[in-house]
Amino acid sequence: MIEVQHVTKRYGPVAAVSDVSFRVEAGQILGFLGPNGAGKTTTMRVLTGYLPPTEGTATVAGFDVLKDPIEVKRRTGYLPETPPLYPDMTVREYLTFVARINGLSAAERGNRLDQVMERTSVGDVADRHCGKLSKGYRQRVGLAQAILHNPDVLILDEPTAGLDPKQIIETRELIKELAGDHTIILSTHILPEVAQTCERVVIINKGRVVAEDSPDNLTGRLHGAVTVQLQVDTGGADPTAALHAVPGVAAVSVGEPGDEGRTIEIQSAQDVDIRRDLANAVVSNGWGLLEMRRARLSLEEIFLQLTTAEEPAGDGENAADEENAADEDLDEPAAATESADE
Amino acid sequence: MNNILAIAHRELRSYFVSPIAYVVVGLFALLYGYFYIASLAFMVQFSAQAGMFGGGPQTVNVNEFMIRPLLSNTAIILLFILPFLTARAYAEEKRSGTIELLLTSPLSDLEIILGKFLGALALFLLMLAVTAVHMGILFWYGDPELGSILTGYLGLALMGGSFIALGLLVSSATRNQVVAGVGTFSLLLLFWVLSWMSDSAGPTAGAILSYLSILEHFDDFSKGVVDTAHVAYYLSFIAFGLFLTAKSVDSERWRG
Repeated sequence: MIEVQHVTKRYGPVAAVSDVSFRVEAGQILGFLGPNGAGKTTTMRVLTGYLPPTEGTATVAGFDVLKDPIEVKRRTGYLPETPPLYPDMTVREYLTFVARINGLSAAERGNRLDQVMERTSVGDVADRHCGKLSKGYRQRVGLAQAILHNPDVLILDEPTAGLDPKQIIETRELIKELAGDHTIILSTHILPEVAQTCERVVIINKGRVVAEDSPDNLTGRLHGAVTVQLQVDTGGADPTAALHAVPGVAAVSVGEPGDEGRTIEIQSAQDVDIRRDLANAVVSNGWGLLEMRRARLSLEEIFLQLTTAEEPAGDGENAADEENAADEDLDEPAAATESADE
Repeated sequence: MNNILAIAHRELRSYFVSPIAYVVVGLFALLYGYFYIASLAFMVQFSAQAGMFGGGPQTVNVNEFMIRPLLSNTAIILLFILPFLTARAYAEEKRSGTIELLLTSPLSDLEIILGKFLGALALFLLMLAVTAVHMGILFWYGDPELGSILTGYLGLALMGGSFIALGLLVSSATRNQVVAGVGTFSLLLLFWVLSWMSDSAGPTAGAILSYLSILEHFDDFSKGVVDTAHVAYYLSFIAFGLFLTAKSVDSERWRG
């Protein structure tokens, strides 16, 4: 549905995005993950036909963003970081306008408007001015605007930013519901969000893709050695020696005994499953095995590992800094474009 | 076409939900009313003075002594007011980020520009329509010639359209409304005073300068003459202004 090939976007000599490639299948939710200023917004703007790529090609629903921008825009719903609302229009007037410029006929509009307002639960503010809405409602009106013309592809730039926890959960549910009929790309710098909503993750840092996989594979793939955490009641004995004797164990660290026994962390050698042998060792010593689990690196750790360890060379760094400054300036949504000029 | 109208409708609406339409139309009516009364007083005084030489007050030509100077003054009022009508057109959309909505909707740049142009033009024509009241009073008490009034208004409409086209261009180049307003006003002023240099600039340069001067082309309209050269000047001014606006919007994409 969406195919991005070697896309580079330069502002003058500065590259905000370099050589980004990925694809999204129909009906999938792709999470776009990266620190502020990594180039998420720029990539999304390229996909919506708002910014032309300097190099490379991007196609949405089979249409090239550079050659057929109108066809791409017809099939894309876009929620920018700051919802693009006209403060002097009521929600209903605003959505009617959006429906009109997206080519919905007067007959189609009425029904569709009610349907979308119900789905995004903005019905009770339908006659309020957009300028007077709370952040949560603004975001939802922005989402209503994006799905109004029932596009194939939804591109959502930080859809949950600035919402309260309840609204965040509602918005995530809504996005998951939408995934059936739409292909969705959403950007975020909140990691649990990706784990909860997305089927695939693209991690981008300083304008480059540093990883692309499913959230599960990402968490599974990255750690070399497996860490196993045990909760054992040894009844006063020190288990270190006994556990070291288990084949495949590389390191053992034993915690102080407490009410629930001791917490023991054991590192295995590369790619060896030591859990069976560990359990046997504990049981044969007559200790009580209370808990055993394989500790996985959380997405946070992977993210930090990827975005700090792999330092991309060259101009990407400048781009990230440029955008970073712009991202902080929340009052000026298009500031990224200006700072790049300077 | 539907897209253009949707944009134009939104533009016009936003003028009326903000104070802009009321302030601009109201102050225009005030200034126009002032010049109307001043021209009227001038004409009455002139007619009385002329009467001193003959027997009793003379009838003077209303078109020549009142309406022509009034319309010339109106052109100057527009020069001051219209830049502030178009200042927000692009600048405000860029500042608030709504430009992203327009540029990611299935609209061509030209449709957006024409929509904005028509929206501002509609408000401007409404502004002119207010003065039909003043003209009506002249017809009630006097006997002015309708033809030259209509050509005068055609001239005003064309000239106002040119002001709006230039205003859109300047607004598309900035995100600051004050910069857009002052920039447009200064450029229009420059286009007006270009002809002042024409006498001292030598024959060829002088002719070019006076040709470019935006108010120079208006005189004939207020005299009741529709010269296609002047119509062509204003229409090409508008077309060129809108064309450059399209280029300005497009170049922003590449600059980012």
